[in-house]
Amino acid sequence: MAAVQRIVGWQRMPYAFVAPNMVFFGIFVALPLVINFFFSMTGGTNLYLSERPYVGGEQYSYLMECTSYLDPKTCRQDRFWRAIYNTAAFVFFQVGVMVLVSLVTALILNRDMRGRGFFRAVFFFPVLLSPVVVALIWKWILLREGLLNAGLESVGIDKILFFVSPGWSMFWAIFVSVWAHTGFYTLILLAGLQAIPRDLYEAAEMDGTSRERVFWRITLPLLWPNFLVVLVLALIRAVQIFDEVFVLTGGGPGTATQFIVQYIYNTGFTNQIQNRGLASAASVLLGLVLFVLTIVQLGLTRRKDGS
Amino acid sequence: MGYSWKPVLLAGVAAVGLNAGAAFAETDLRISWYNDGNESEAMRSALDKFEEANPDIKVTLDIVPYKAILESLPVQLEAGEGPDIARVTDLGGLSQYYLDLTPYISDAAYWEESFGPFLKWLRPNAESKAISGFMTQLTVTGPYVNKTLFEQAGVDMPGDGATWDDWAGAAREVAQKLDIPIPMAWDRSGHRVAGPAISMGAKFFDDKGNPALVDDGLKAMATKLYDWHQDGTMAKDLWGSVSGSTYLGANEEFANAQVVMYMSGSWQVPQFAEKIGDAFDWWAVPAPCGPAACTGMPGGAALVAIKDTEHPEEVAKLMDYLASKDVLAEFYGKTLFIPGHLGLARGGVDFATDDPRAKHALETFSGAVPTISPIAYDLQGYKYNRVMFNALISRLGEAIVGELTLDEAFERMTSDVQQQIEEKQRQ
Amino acid sequence: MRRLVDLLTARRERDGSRHWTDVFAVIYLALGVILMFGPVVWLVLSSFKTPAGLLEYPPTFLPLGQISVPVEGHDKPLPLFRVTMEDGSIRELAQIRRVGIQAQMVDPDNPGEVLRLPIGDREPVREFRIATENYSEPLQRFNFLQYLQNSVFVTIVATLITLLINSMAAYGLAIYEFPGRNAIMLFVICTLMIPITVILVPTYLVVTELGMVNSLWGVILPGAATPTGVFLLRQYMLTLPRDVIEAARMDKASEWSIYWKIVLPLSLPAIAVLAIFSVMWRWNDFLWPLVILNRSEVYTLQVGLNAFQGELDVQWHYVLAMTVVTLIPVALVFAFLQRFITAGIANTGMK
Repeated sequence: MAAVQRIVGWQRMPYAFVAPNMVFFGIFVALPLVINFFFSMTGGTNLYLSERPYVGGEQYSYLMECTSYLDPKTCRQDRFWRAIYNTAAFVFFQVGVMVLVSLVTALILNRDMRGRGFFRAVFFFPVLLSPVVVALIWKWILLREGLLNAGLESVGIDKILFFVSPGWSMFWAIFVSVWAHTGFYTLILLAGLQAIPRDLYEAAEMDGTSRERVFWRITLPLLWPNFLVVLVLALIRAVQIFDEVFVLTGGGPGTATQFIVQYIYNTGFTNQIQNRGLASAASVLLGLVLFVLTIVQLGLTRRKDGS
Repeated sequence: MGYSWKPVLLAGVAAVGLNAGAAFAETDLRISWYNDGNESEAMRSALDKFEEANPDIKVTLDIVPYKAILESLPVQLEAGEGPDIARVTDLGGLSQYYLDLTPYISDAAYWEESFGPFLKWLRPNAESKAISGFMTQLTVTGPYVNKTLFEQAGVDMPGDGATWDDWAGAAREVAQKLDIPIPMAWDRSGHRVAGPAISMGAKFFDDKGNPALVDDGLKAMATKLYDWHQDGTMAKDLWGSVSGSTYLGANEEFANAQVVMYMSGSWQVPQFAEKIGDAFDWWAVPAPCGPAACTGMPGGAALVAIKDTEHPEEVAKLMDYLASKDVLAEFYGKTLFIPGHLGLARGGVDFATDDPRAKHALETFSGAVPTISPIAYDLQGYKYNRVMFNALISRLGEAIVGELTLDEAFERMTSDVQQQIEEKQRQ
Repeated sequence: MRRLVDLLTARRERDGSRHWTDVFAVIYLALGVILMFGPVVWLVLSSFKTPAGLLEYPPTFLPLGQISVPVEGHDKPLPLFRVTMEDGSIRELAQIRRVGIQAQMVDPDNPGEVLRLPIGDREPVREFRIATENYSEPLQRFNFLQYLQNSVFVTIVATLITLLINSMAAYGLAIYEFPGRNAIMLFVICTLMIPITVILVPTYLVVTELGMVNSLWGVILPGAATPTGVFLLRQYMLTLPRDVIEAARMDKASEWSIYWKIVLPLSLPAIAVLAIFSVMWRWNDFLWPLVILNRSEVYTLQVGLNAFQGELDVQWHYVLAMTVVTLIPVALVFAFLQRFITAGIANTGMK
């Protein structure tokens, strides 16, 4: 590799380091993104761009065609708008619950106690399971004749058909995704908690500061950078939610747990007539939303770099 | 370069070696196949015999999840990366990728005579005379009842000519007397609804042969389904959970004696024979009637040759062998599938079961074949029937859970079909 | 609110007495263990049940099978039932056959006498039995070893490539100031947001053009340059002391050897974390391999084992068993590297 440095020179070495990754990126991520963008301006069902008729912004206008944006029923693509509202609701609740649960878990796991390593492991291990497996495990428990209903009946409560009720379906979609991912965020918060110098707490204790003040004045402010990372990462992941919920609820009942990625997947892939133009247009819009979130994250991380 | 590259390179060489291993001088044919039960074993044993007789041809059965047949295969075919032969259910929709075997097979007349009505389903249009494959399985939709429950409740089963309302009433009565949670269940599938809808007078096409999903007949059937969900005749578990066109069956609930009457089809026979055994009498009954007909829907899976194959002659040789009467008789017999071969259908197949319930069910469904309405055949042969089925099922599902009114659902069904077909025609 | 905050920030009291928050923490952790482990235990138990056992409601905790006994005069063993007789006594009888709502039963000790009893009065006699055939049948039927080999190949090679190119890129982006750095960073982070599901078809087109359909390289390469990996490693490398690097430059070390001999060893905790994630992603990958692989000799485990998902029937007993099989490596990684994982992520700090 020293030879490379001789050829490209010291000045250009960073490019040499970044190049392999960028080549793979370019071929397998950027190029498909560009193709995807062109797809969104074409119609028909052909696979190759050259065979697809150019339709301009028509697919976008189909997506945006609504009498009232607040009522999906009035939209040409009613499922697209339903998916947007469902995703918004999911993101709001899931991120809220996840951040809270992760924080509580991290605080408890940060206590001095025996078996701390074991408990950390317990909360972390679902992170390693595939989304499909996670959904399968829970579906198996939540079915009409599943473990949970058997438990409910044994204590005298009637069976609940969880996947028939929109509320329950959304509840379990959120519950299961929190179950699967909370370990990851807990660890990030835990790392933050452990980086807080002990002597700060000891000094506070000497001064007889109340625990409430210690939490608000020391723990939370010093945890804030990690907290933001958790918040932003959880937000981005929640917007992208697909596999787990798809296997768990199938998007139902009706369209109650159909989210935006599932809409794109169904439209462009599972329908008999694969409408790649419309699906691509929806994904470009999704990309724009995510781009905004990215900028937010970038601003945050840059501030944290400090240097 | 560091030492850590070595395993990568070695592994790379190994992988190349692996790929090369498959490229013998002999012809290697690939079949993409999905499995519901034991049919891959039955097919494999037929292929083994073929390979024995033709040592220069090697046939690999690639068993994939059904999801891959439905979703990945169309993309693969479009990109020219498909297999030589595939087992498909979207018979008309994929027809542009089928190989016309006519120039290669030994006896086109045999194919015409044995598979006549089903060959039509595989053709891209009415003018085509192509022979592309045969049905590995013919299916007929129809209801099963738990006869033991009827006996226990002391309720008579409605006889020949009974309507859907008669059956629904009887099933409700049984369920009420014996405290069974689900009086009636239908597969969540547009294909299952189509037969009863035709019985109620649905036509599915207008006079010019263009798709016209929503008419009075279809409305009548859809309204019944809607009402049954509201009054508890049908549980919301199937239609009320999941979304879109997702298929769901009540086979497990039925096998568990939680359902009095179950609208499904002939393909359930093998697994009911295995799972229920003699725990209760599961009985296939003829399709209930409506004012227009007493019909189910035909359907099934076909084994088709793919146009992009590099070995059309070998493919035809294999297809000829698999489609021959003896091989098919053995295959249908082992798998308990309704034969998609007219000669065998007439002569009867010796099904490998001694379960009287399975035998009765197979007789009932085979016997229903001649009574199937011509509209049902046309619909099954229509290229974009899945577009219609999906629109029907997804919108009716949304109505049943209360997201749409029935009228809104009907409007959306029409516009869904129209929008998708318009997109398809935009070339 | 105050109590909650107290609880969460509490450390053990100085004098060693038990604070009530200790109790809460214990309850929380105990519930946590049940909630996190319970479902997986249930999956494993269920995977050993027969198809009939899976359908049963209410479900039994342990896998059970009905006992069959050989009875004189019958070729096959007959299933055994516990029957409540008319006089209220309970007998164990074998069932010959069932006709309608009547069962013909026989006492195994007295095979001559056939009793006709209503089916509502009998209950199967069962014993603990593990349905190992849920595992052995599919493993025999399919070329399990081949799938395993493919999955291991994909997982290892992909992880090695990912680690190498990601760490190089992270090094370049963390250590140098150069024109275009911010643009590249922005691009990397933007792609962090794109779920593969959304660009499935365009990616398929690219892979087809490169001739990598039905090749394991088609599975390996598209995901190799993960943005998450670059992001994670770079964040870690930013925290490394600069003076070590400067000292090495003074000694005329080449840039490559600074990366390879100094920065890489120092970044080991972060690399370990990325390695574990990469292994998990690759091992669990399903949708993408399903799209580009249609030949069984290149199937990965996830594709091969999902072949039990048919059109009209899902063979649950196989699906559950095969899910457990794919979990085994995850469980092993977890058992052996558990401390490493938790410590590693904590150390990367994501700061």
